[in-house]
Amino acid sequence: MDSLVTALVRSYAAVVAARFRMLLQYRAAALAGIATQIFWGCIKLMVFGAFYAVAVTTPPMTFTAIVAYVWLGQVLIGLLPWNHDPELQELFMSGGVAYELLRPLDLYWFWFARTLAYRTAPTLLRMVPGICFATLVLPLIGLPEWALPAPASVTHGLLFSASFLATVLLSCAITILITISMFWMIEGRGIATFMYGVVPVFSGMIVPLPLFPDWMQPFLQWQPFRGLCDVPFRIYSGDIPLAMASQEIALQFAWAVILILFGYGLIARARTRLVVQGG
Amino acid sequence: MIASLHLFGRLMMTAVRSQMQYRGAFLLMALGSFLTTMVQAIGIWALFDRFGNLGVWSVAHVAFLYGTINIVFASVDITARGFDTFGSSLIRTGQFDRVLVRPASTVILVAAREVALNKLGQLLQGILVLIYALIVLEINWTIGRLALYVFAVSSMYAFFYAIQIVRATMSFWTIETLEILNTISHGGMETAQYPMSIYKESFTNFFTYVVPLACVAYFPIVGVLDMPDPLGSTLLTQSLAPLAGFVFFAVCLSFWFFGMKRYQSTGS
Repeated sequence: MDSLVTALVRSYAAVVAARFRMLLQYRAAALAGIATQIFWGCIKLMVFGAFYAVAVTTPPMTFTAIVAYVWLGQVLIGLLPWNHDPELQELFMSGGVAYELLRPLDLYWFWFARTLAYRTAPTLLRMVPGICFATLVLPLIGLPEWALPAPASVTHGLLFSASFLATVLLSCAITILITISMFWMIEGRGIATFMYGVVPVFSGMIVPLPLFPDWMQPFLQWQPFRGLCDVPFRIYSGDIPLAMASQEIALQFAWAVILILFGYGLIARARTRLVVQGG
Repeated sequence: MIASLHLFGRLMMTAVRSQMQYRGAFLLMALGSFLTTMVQAIGIWALFDRFGNLGVWSVAHVAFLYGTINIVFASVDITARGFDTFGSSLIRTGQFDRVLVRPASTVILVAAREVALNKLGQLLQGILVLIYALIVLEINWTIGRLALYVFAVSSMYAFFYAIQIVRATMSFWTIETLEILNTISHGGMETAQYPMSIYKESFTNFFTYVVPLACVAYFPIVGVLDMPDPLGSTLLTQSLAPLAGFVFFAVCLSFWFFGMKRYQSTGS
């Protein structure tokens, strides 16, 4: 039994590794991507800076917390689950999904492994130059107030790592739900289209969630997309107090588990009624 | 000239008809374009709700700027699709050779090859935001202001179209379309949605003198809205500034013809 589990884990790990190596090929695209992201980050900081300069009441976040929020968002934007693996969509269009069902692996975890690589490999490529720019280059060119600060403390840094792990799981779980929707709609863009609107706003990628009107906060607090940006970024900067951090991370993991179970159940249902496209 | 325009119209209609064959996909993608751009408007609304006015700029003033830019940018995206996909679909495949032997201008043939009707979603979003701004602002439209607005909008169109032409021209050398120029096109749109005066001086200078984004958007709109300008422009400079958009277009178009002379087919 034990060796069976090891063999299974090893095969999923192999899937991740193989996809990861393939996706790391796109280095030039990643460089262009991060240059765009850096430019965007600078615009955002100037816009937030202008609003902070005219603020009459004290904003709910410090500007340093905003700077950390913006740069972590720009660097990790590839993790946002607003699109899905185009190669998996291709499988649905061509009928190749039938072969996927034949593999001696569980379909959900097989796709989870693929998605994990799809989400993390391009992000990793962008992260290194992006973080170098935000921590080292900005102070050198005379803009230290824009530089990405270090985590508020070592404890905050460790809690951020835990929260970040939950973010990755959550992001993969949502991405897979988009893929699974293709069992019902070949044009997988149906669900993805709504994600374009929902994910950037409710994760905090467009505007940090605490800056939204106070009457929206109770709702924003509990929805799952918040775990994609808002929670880890604010733990990093210390904007979420240490006492609250573990509770927030627990909520992230809870949402990840719920969405994974939901996706798992959907795949089980879809398998029984799948009609493969011929051709 | 008339014959070229006629040809351009015919080709465009063909492209529209071919797109409309996939009506379901078109509607979904238009909805996607509406939502992706709408999130920016939501962000602007949230910030104004939290912080109040940005100096003399109220949310309605920014909405006027934002709506106008989004309408123009979407119109460019719809009509310049042929240049947008030029590198991947004409250069890399060697298909541009076939375009070259046809008895019409390459600019027209490339421009009218495809339309991106899905960007009608962004267009609609821009129109809605602009209508909101017009209702709140109650602008006193004189002939002069209307003329300046039309001048600014056409100059903005020329400006953003010119960037698409430069992107396409680069692929004569690089084969692929360079995503990095998105910082100037999409990033420019993003930048111009807020009053230029909030940015750092070096940044504003770049987008005024090197890439004349401020000349086609911010300065003339300040003139139309009759607002004070901390950057020190007068009504005269605001009215003349859009000329830069047309000069920019002319420069970029000659870059296209220069690139075309250097074109060596990929031979595939």
